[in-house]
Amino acid sequence: MTATATRSGTGSAHAATAVDLERLAAYPHVVVSWVGDDGYPVSVATSLETDGDAGSVRLAAPAGMPIPADREVSVTGSHIHPQPGFGYDERRYLQLWGRVTDGSRFTAARAWGWDETEMPFFEYSERSVPQSRRYLAALSKEKGRTIRPRLDPFWLALRTTRLPFLSATAVPVLLGIAVGASHGAFTWWTALLTVIGGSFAHLAINVTNDVFDTLSGADDANPNPTQFSGGSRVAVYDLVSVRGLVLLAAGLYAAAAAIGLVLVAVTGSILLLWIGVAGIALGLAYTAPPLKLVYRGLGELAVALGFGPVMLLGAYVVQTGRLAWEPVVLSLVPGILISLILFVNEIPDRGGDAQAGKRTLPVRLSPNVVRTAYLVGGMAAFAIIAAGVIGGLLPWPTLIALAAVPLVFRVYHGLKVHYDSPYTLMAVMGTNVNLNLVVGGLLLIGYVVTIVAMQLA
Amino acid sequence: MGWLPAPVEQLLDAALVGELTVVGRNGRPITHPLIPLYHSGRVYLHSSTLFSKKLEHIKRDPRVALAITDPVATKGNPDRATIIGTAHLIEDDPHSDWERLILDLWRRKEPAIDDFLKARVALPLFFERAVIEVTPVRCLYWAGGRTDQPPVETRVPATEAA
Repeated sequence: MTATATRSGTGSAHAATAVDLERLAAYPHVVVSWVGDDGYPVSVATSLETDGDAGSVRLAAPAGMPIPADREVSVTGSHIHPQPGFGYDERRYLQLWGRVTDGSRFTAARAWGWDETEMPFFEYSERSVPQSRRYLAALSKEKGRTIRPRLDPFWLALRTTRLPFLSATAVPVLLGIAVGASHGAFTWWTALLTVIGGSFAHLAINVTNDVFDTLSGADDANPNPTQFSGGSRVAVYDLVSVRGLVLLAAGLYAAAAAIGLVLVAVTGSILLLWIGVAGIALGLAYTAPPLKLVYRGLGELAVALGFGPVMLLGAYVVQTGRLAWEPVVLSLVPGILISLILFVNEIPDRGGDAQAGKRTLPVRLSPNVVRTAYLVGGMAAFAIIAAGVIGGLLPWPTLIALAAVPLVFRVYHGLKVHYDSPYTLMAVMGTNVNLNLVVGGLLLIGYVVTIVAMQLA
Repeated sequence: MGWLPAPVEQLLDAALVGELTVVGRNGRPITHPLIPLYHSGRVYLHSSTLFSKKLEHIKRDPRVALAITDPVATKGNPDRATIIGTAHLIEDDPHSDWERLILDLWRRKEPAIDDFLKARVALPLFFERAVIEVTPVRCLYWAGGRTDQPPVETRVPATEAA
């Protein structure tokens, strides 16, 4: 039994097997089709039974419509489950091509089909993207004008930049501002500019990542993108050209750099300039040649540095103009948790990534090691908070963040159950994203409590 | 209005799925399960550009057959029919032509489509679609789904064929 036969040959035709005939016989009825002498196809429903001779089945002969023996016929089984008020589900079909002899004996040669319990609709759709591109290219040629897929501009912008991921930037930047405030330094408009500048930098990195993953073929090779993984796919879908993405990334980097330079000018901090340069360099090195850190299993480290020390210390330095140990220690927490978001989100991408030579950690490591590394990483973030408080570097109200520890275990157990199922893994990825938000939110509450207590003292 | 027999129109109105057979390369019949829609004597089907091989086949040879055969998909109506006809593709603007032409008919059979459409950003290519407009030329009808009995055959009236 071949792999394609077990999956009903979804997506590509294959030589028919005894398994295909068995599957076809399981449908309550089949539709026999052939092309009539007038050139029109004709179809008729009938039943079939296996006759013990592997490789053929016997069709009940439809009255008044003899099935021709001199041409190819197809026999199709199709199933849906109606859902009143909704539509239908449980879609599957199987089509076999072959010849009919003796008026009813059907010998199958080729087979093709789809069963959504074996290949989810989203995967089936992703595997069909090249067909969409071919069709639209041919249609454009035929019509003499470019016909491309479209999206409403708002949704296109959201999808292209992966805007919802900005929460990853908000946490370290707001924490950096909060630590600065707890040290007696807070200017609202520079804080606001820091949030905006950090967001532009993050969006620029997202778009840059898409450019290089499109050019390397990593996104094309991934049939299981989810809302958390697999990139924006706007170039894969031809919603935006690669050139358009490059221009957008350049614009976003320019905006981030301009805001950064304003902040450097206002604070007069050369240290801030170096932090900004380091951030942009890390962002580019993440996927851009020659370093391509994420292709070498160093993406997590780059993200940990970029979304930890760079973002948090940058925000802190904007407010205070100096460095201190407290924000350095605290920056390790979002650094670790945001790198764990990448780490988990790379799990469903690992097949396509491996194909494109993108040797991320989930490509290199076994599932057991990935799960253990996740648990160790997650717990390390909380150990840093506890150690920081015990060591007197972090204020004690930040211990409230330890309340989020159960989320680490929820993700860890989710990885055990759903590691190989991209679509059921989505809920686990969502919990992992929430882990960073919850810990970040609780740390912020800890700092607000600290600041209020200082004001009252 | 159309010339299809009333029981066949009822089948088309009820069916959640039908089997559209097109003529492939080398004259091979290729069958695709699709949701059939019916309006003013024409049958409308539609296809995402993702699954557009059938559209390429229709461009090469517009002769098609649509079989309605599954009582589970026709609210228990056991009748069966095959509508043979000529297909015309409406694909000038795959982004929005179909919404204007067939969305109302589609949502009557598959109300969930409105929810999917709201999430168009999640699967944008699924909603880039061509409409397949089938003008029937011949109809085979099996009352009670009895294909062990010859079908009742109806052909397009000469006035309409002209």
